[in-house]
Amino acid sequence: MSNSPPRSQPPLAAPPGGAAASLGRPGGSSERLVQLEVLRYNPDTDTEARFQRYEVVCQEEWVVLDALNKIKADIDPTLNYRWSCHMAVCGSCGMMINGEPKLSCHAFLREYEGVIRVEPLAHFPVERDLVTAPDDFMEKLKRVKPYVIPKEKKPISEGEYKQTPAQLMKFRQYSMCINCMLCYAACPQYGLTPTFIGPAALTLAHRYNLDSRDGGRKERQEIVATHEGVWECTFVGACSEVCPAHVDPASALQQMKITSSIDWIVEHLIPGGKSARDTVSREDAGDIS
Amino acid sequence: MAKSHKPVVWFPFAAGGTVIAFFIPVIVLLTFLAALGHVPPGLSYERMHAFAGSGLGKLIIFGVVALSLWSSAHRLRCTCFDFGLRADTLAATVLYIAAIAGSLLSAVYLLQI
Amino acid sequence: MSRRPLVRECPPTTWYFRQPRYLRYMSREITSIFVGAYCVLLVVGLQRLSAGPAAWEAFLLGLRSADSIVFHLLALAAASYHAATWFNATQKAMPVQIGEDFVPGNLISGAHYVAWAVLSAVILYLAGVF
Repeated sequence: MSNSPPRSQPPLAAPPGGAAASLGRPGGSSERLVQLEVLRYNPDTDTEARFQRYEVVCQEEWVVLDALNKIKADIDPTLNYRWSCHMAVCGSCGMMINGEPKLSCHAFLREYEGVIRVEPLAHFPVERDLVTAPDDFMEKLKRVKPYVIPKEKKPISEGEYKQTPAQLMKFRQYSMCINCMLCYAACPQYGLTPTFIGPAALTLAHRYNLDSRDGGRKERQEIVATHEGVWECTFVGACSEVCPAHVDPASALQQMKITSSIDWIVEHLIPGGKSARDTVSREDAGDIS
Repeated sequence: MAKSHKPVVWFPFAAGGTVIAFFIPVIVLLTFLAALGHVPPGLSYERMHAFAGSGLGKLIIFGVVALSLWSSAHRLRCTCFDFGLRADTLAATVLYIAAIAGSLLSAVYLLQI
Repeated sequence: MSRRPLVRECPPTTWYFRQPRYLRYMSREITSIFVGAYCVLLVVGLQRLSAGPAAWEAFLLGLRSADSIVFHLLALAAASYHAATWFNATQKAMPVQIGEDFVPGNLISGAHYVAWAVLSAVILYLAGVF
């Protein structure tokens, strides 16, 4: 599962040469002059961002990332952006392309006409050009404890924690997250209320809550069930529409609203149910972390 | 960070959203027919009075009106925020009180029938 | 090289013009204005019903105006749009897993549409519309 945070420092810039040159297939493919309007911001000299227009000859089947690589290689080596795998797996190259959060390695030039506007991911501070600061997301990701907290710890000699295919399917979809943060760039509630834990982190909490091997739901609820947790979500649904891995965070959050509501009823309206809450606080108090 | 008490307002919102979806369109259709001058026989005083006079009828009417009012009030509260009104506590207070007042009035009227 | 990230604010009053899907979301949320207003009309109707036959007849007669017809059309559109978005969302909020597989989402929303149609038909029948 690719749920660990992505490599700590994805390359800030394309390696010399880029993948662009290697992508042009011999013969057959047609060329096209592509115009890109790219947001530029240099923290050392600029007080605000500006757009810079580039014209670059591209192959028809290229993606926006190829065009950026060609610009960096041939026209402007000062252009900064993140990328790594070029195959929609690493989640590094998220950008706003004509206002839509996209992986630039997955944004095919043939789907765009006219000038293509390329901006850094919305709702994140711009570090430099198309590079954003993901610190806020990384911090929130840690807070939801996105890892299996075993229900019952057992020695290795007792063997592995087994799971049926049905138990796996229950959460599998939510485990496909590549931490690309497109859902945060799509979510207006995150943009308007930056304290919101947000789609991807909450969805990963849900993924582990649904795992039959996991017993950490109570701990995660301390984040999930707060105002900044699922309750900032108004089910805009944009997160699920832009997700390149078809994770569907919107569904995860609605399900967590329902379970959190049931929790609340148990804790407040059912006599004796209150102890569940106290138990959690005691566990937390005893937790060294 | 404490757990939120949002479920208090969200659960009735969700229940009301379901009630609105299933019941309000057809009820609007009925009064729309009345607005066009074709009052459905079921909307006559005798039949409405008999329906609202029965215990089950009272319960259904109150459930539909109260939950729909609450659901609309809650969604309107979120919409106010979405439109940029940052006085969320004020919007919530006004709208929830309006919904509760409407529900209480409905209960009073129903008990008079 | 010092870090001096540029913060670009999300415009609090105009953000929904940024993407068509935000406008779709806002139109769903705005249905609450018309549904809420219609609920107020229902409360008024209950008051008229409790006030006796003459008051009720006057209430029904009062509905017969151009303004009322326009309002009813808006409320009907809003309530129906709300219903469609609600039924489509149910599969996300309450997915059903049978064995390994999840029941296809359109089957769940489809079942809701069928139930909606049946319920509406029953209510119309009970109200003597047909």
